[in-house]
Amino acid sequence: MSRQFVFLLPVIVIAAYWGMARYDAWRGRDSASRSFVQRNGLVLSTFLVVAVGFWTLFMVALPYLYMMQESFHPSLWPKDRGGPLDVLTLEHYEFFVYGMQSDTQVTYNFTHGKAFVVTILISLAVTGINFALCYPIAFYLAQVATLQKVRLLMLALILPYWVNEILRAFALRILLASEGILNKVLQYSGLSDAPIDFLAANVGLYMGLSYAYLLIMVFPLYNGIESLDKNQIEAARDLGAPWWRIHKDVVIPFAKPGIASGCTMVFMLSAGSLAAPQFLGGPNTLWFTSIVYDFFFQSFNWARGSAYALILLLACIVFVMIVLRAFKVSLGEITR
Amino acid sequence: MSADVELDHVTVRFSQFVAVREATLRIAGGEFFSFLGPSGCGKTTILRTISGFLDPSAGAVRIAGQDMAGIGPNRRPTALIFQNLALFPLMTVADNIGYGLRVRNVTKAERRRKVDELLNLIALSGHGDKLVSALSGGQKQRVAIARALAVEPKVLLLDEPLSALDLKLRQHMRNELRAIQRRVGITFIYITHDQGEALTMSDRIAVMNGGVIEQIGDGKTVYDEPETAFVASFVGENNAFPGRVCAADSTGAVVETSFGRLRGRNPKGLKTGDAAILFVRPELLRFGKGGPEASIATTVLTVAFEGNASHVFLKGSGKDVTVTVGRHDRAVIPGQGAGVDISYDPASGLVLPEGRLARE
Repeated sequence: MSRQFVFLLPVIVIAAYWGMARYDAWRGRDSASRSFVQRNGLVLSTFLVVAVGFWTLFMVALPYLYMMQESFHPSLWPKDRGGPLDVLTLEHYEFFVYGMQSDTQVTYNFTHGKAFVVTILISLAVTGINFALCYPIAFYLAQVATLQKVRLLMLALILPYWVNEILRAFALRILLASEGILNKVLQYSGLSDAPIDFLAANVGLYMGLSYAYLLIMVFPLYNGIESLDKNQIEAARDLGAPWWRIHKDVVIPFAKPGIASGCTMVFMLSAGSLAAPQFLGGPNTLWFTSIVYDFFFQSFNWARGSAYALILLLACIVFVMIVLRAFKVSLGEITR
Repeated sequence: MSADVELDHVTVRFSQFVAVREATLRIAGGEFFSFLGPSGCGKTTILRTISGFLDPSAGAVRIAGQDMAGIGPNRRPTALIFQNLALFPLMTVADNIGYGLRVRNVTKAERRRKVDELLNLIALSGHGDKLVSALSGGQKQRVAIARALAVEPKVLLLDEPLSALDLKLRQHMRNELRAIQRRVGITFIYITHDQGEALTMSDRIAVMNGGVIEQIGDGKTVYDEPETAFVASFVGENNAFPGRVCAADSTGAVVETSFGRLRGRNPKGLKTGDAAILFVRPELLRFGKGGPEASIATTVLTVAFEGNASHVFLKGSGKDVTVTVGRHDRAVIPGQGAGVDISYDPASGLVLPEGRLARE
């Protein structure tokens, strides 16, 4: 039933678009404004409708809807799919809460629960670190630097991203390993006598994640701060505000949409990242996406993987909504 | 309450470009002082130097006798009103006005009292909870003034704050600014390129050109007794007749111009043979033949009617001359194309050394 719905959806979407086009034509019938088809011509109109329809369906709606409905089915052999065993079930979501159930007592799935909490908390910390790193950079770029310096710094920020993510993660690993460069330097210089296990302490994870999403944070911040009138800063200064108050009272409130945009993106991306936690995470840090990955590709339990992925997605969305509400930023503002 | 401001040989250089050269002057406490000049003359640079956003390359700024070197804008007893006002758009009117007090950690109750008092001063009582964007241009103007006054500055610096307003409001705000200045009694330093603003509001005016202060004086002095060709041509309208001094005595000098010999006062003591410009204000010219060495033969080109006055543009000996005629004399304006003699009282002509004129 639910599978049929997913495949019925294209029909509904196309019908909706067709209805919109009809409505547009009807509304433009006796007014001066021309209808969508009249404005763009038949060929272009058809192309636009098909392209937008394809995009919303195949890129945005269908994959997630398919995953969602899959998460409510048991994991079955292909021959059993659609058979009598294929019923709607909450067993995967129950598994996330209770784990392997025994008949005698109620247990909870602490391993996965902990991974979930750790993922959220570390992602939060990474977002905080990233903001602290990027705010000064963005402010300098947007308000202080000359055009020439802006270009140079932008280049310096962008160029490292030509190196792919996995290579970067390994490079950090080499740097931070027990026998790595950093430890050697520390030991030779006498600052430490035994190698420090940076990777186990998640230093590598924080560094890797923060660095991976540096640009994702810098650009919205830069965008937000750049349009601030320099006179506003000078006015605050002239009225006697010390530098930190200028940032607190004038710059940050003004750049709030940019800050919200950058922070939500970095949070979402790091909570959903896979490579950095796998290569750089300490042995005690299980990342939630790794669990999802394992369900899909180790135990081939796509249904349970889907359920877990959805849990993470929903948790992130709810969390971001709460944060936006708390900081009084509307969803429309972060797209500015 | 108010403080005097002293510029001591202040020079401000931007790499090679000298924005202000050797500015020396003393503004008395409680004075309404204007810097008047065309854009790019260095007047805004002077203002930013006094407020502390710029450091002088040489010389010193002293406020109330204290050298301001090394003291940032947030620690000077000055407050600046920006050309675009720079009100904080995300704050209410009351928060804007109270901002300077908030950063000084003034208690909430005290802040409220002070803000209410200022809202009263600018006649915006009851508008405190509005956002700045809900105000009209003139109201924003007054909020900017109140915000600056809230920190009880000894010197208020104004950077062409009226330039964005329309004519009527601008004229109204001139009176208002002057009235506020009288009430609070602090030093106002006003920057403008509009000589009308400078003349109507200021106690004294410094006329600037190319980074140099050309003349300092009250409005009447600057208008009636300009010391340089630039001041004569920039402040108010003026007819310039360049030439060479051909006679000079105790009563004045005679300049040989393209219109013939013309006489005027000679306050600079020019001697025979000096290059000079004779200035006669349009409103001091009249139609009809006058005395010797004070008459010009011209032809009427066009007449521009401005209501309270009419400007008659004339041509003679290859040069344009303007005569401004008041309401009473409107009837004597000759028709277009008519040949006409114009004349002036030789005592109202002014002979000054040759120099750069203000661009038309």
